[in-house]
Amino acid sequence: MSERQRTNSSMTDLTRLSADQAARAIAAGETSSVELTQALLDRIEAVDGDIHAFLHVDADGALAAARASDEQRATGSASYLSGVPIAVKDVFTTIGQPTTCGSKILEGWIPPYDATVVAKLRAAGLPILGKTNMDEFAMGSSTEHSAYGPTRNPWDLTRVPGGSGGGSAAAVAAFETPLALGTDTGGSIRQPGAVTGTVGVKPTYGGVSRYGLVAMASSLDQAGPVTRTVLDAALLHEIVAGHDPMDSTSIDAPVPAVVAAARRADVKGLKIGLVRELQGEGFQAGVQARFDEAVGLLTDAGAEVIEVSCPNFVHGIAAYYLVMPSEASSNLARFDAMRYGLRVGPEGVEDPSAEQVMAASRDAGFGDEVKRRIILGTYALSSGYYDAYYGSAQKVRTLIARDFAAAFEQVDLLASPTSPVTAWPLGDRSDDPLAMYLADVATIPANLAGVPGLSLPVGLADDDQMPVGLQFLAPATADDRLYNAAAALEGLLEDRWGGPLLAQAPALEGVAR
Amino acid sequence: MSSGITRADVEHLAGLARIELSAAELDRLAADLPAILDHVAVVQEAAGDDVPAMSHPLPVDNVFRADEVRSSLTPDEALSGAPESEQQRFLVPKILGEE
Repeated sequence: MSERQRTNSSMTDLTRLSADQAARAIAAGETSSVELTQALLDRIEAVDGDIHAFLHVDADGALAAARASDEQRATGSASYLSGVPIAVKDVFTTIGQPTTCGSKILEGWIPPYDATVVAKLRAAGLPILGKTNMDEFAMGSSTEHSAYGPTRNPWDLTRVPGGSGGGSAAAVAAFETPLALGTDTGGSIRQPGAVTGTVGVKPTYGGVSRYGLVAMASSLDQAGPVTRTVLDAALLHEIVAGHDPMDSTSIDAPVPAVVAAARRADVKGLKIGLVRELQGEGFQAGVQARFDEAVGLLTDAGAEVIEVSCPNFVHGIAAYYLVMPSEASSNLARFDAMRYGLRVGPEGVEDPSAEQVMAASRDAGFGDEVKRRIILGTYALSSGYYDAYYGSAQKVRTLIARDFAAAFEQVDLLASPTSPVTAWPLGDRSDDPLAMYLADVATIPANLAGVPGLSLPVGLADDDQMPVGLQFLAPATADDRLYNAAAALEGLLEDRWGGPLLAQAPALEGVAR
Repeated sequence: MSSGITRADVEHLAGLARIELSAAELDRLAADLPAILDHVAVVQEAAGDDVPAMSHPLPVDNVFRADEVRSSLTPDEALSGAPESEQQRFLVPKILGEE
């Protein structure tokens, strides 16, 4: 029996429910948080040996939170998503659960404090199933740079799930959890979303607190939702967003009305700009075809679609691979083997100095890509090269922000394919850093400028039957526009497909055994 | 500006970044970095002198909070991840060189 038939024939498969459906089922007394949480833990047990989306599963903690949610609901004071489980990327600190960032340097570290977003999840009653795999310190586009082994794409176990948040996206796509939290520095939420057929949102920079998010590039990092539906993403967005006194870069303004926008789902009269520089050459034919088709649906539904030019986007990758490593080389200096994390002594040195221990520990604890970016950043920031590299990259950042500003004078939203290609086979790009970097061409401009972006699935590519994502981009703090347009397009597409795209994904139980 | 980055440069940068790279790692980075630097060097031609630098998407202002006593980590919590500790302090290798 295919997964799809099983879903249709059985009302008891709780793992297939969206977060919104699960919340309503719990509220109606049709199921409980404990029952739902146990079903998801069973699913993880059954399929995660193949997927490897999780680095750590906290069954006891999740079930305890589920029981607490069920008890609270009995008193009538539970929040809307209370009792609906979530998985959290291993980049967020969690009291009582390890936080490794996919790195050996933090192996076994249990943080003494919660990230603000994690505290918000707990306060809203969402059981935390565990921590998801990621490229080491979020540096990568395939999750192959995790020190704990790669995650596999639920659509095809021989392919990557994207990165850096491949664990969160794969967990959601494999029905191990309806919700996950990710971070997006150059596309790490949106690109894995695109290549796994899931929804991923990078909110406006400053929209969600970064406190307790282990920093890669502080002026680019942003946390956001990873889900199977646009409405679920909005519901999660509303929980985690908002001003945080612990993060001086968090915006002190009301959270955009994202849930209302997702429920509105109407593109009539909306002006949408297609970015000329983010399509055509370099984009896989099967990706471009699904994108064009989705644009056609938007037009049919009453959106006004025009082409816009953002000429400086072509320099986005170059600017990003200077700004990001520069900030990362500074941020990762905190891993000095003194207060927490791995400490090893240099070989053959008696009574080594702190500096020697530091250098030996950082060599032993960091993987190749992390070292590459630290060295690159150190170079870009060094005296004599600073103006030519880091300084020039910052000017390109201004030009890209100006391109966005000019475009948003003409249109309400921009759209492009999220990723130029579908998921590639494991190992295909892991030895070629530049090829890996090019996967982020369409997602990087939003991070450089700080504007929000959302990726949603728009079908399977004809060339390889792998998922394709479409990305909407909106002006800063207008995140609600993303949800409105994406929910509308999702509805139009699901009408055509006769249900969610993920219903077409292969069954997973025991596939690779 | 050409990116004639050499193996010796990489070794120097690794020293600045406090990473004790092996010979094989130095070889690999000396091979990777010139190609990456050539690619990113286009930023040098992209913007004129009149374009201001952007370091951050938001105006970054200093933020003050009220100076009040609040609960924070206990010493045990703060030391819970320490490789070594002693008498409620982080124990670290010697920080001064040979006298």
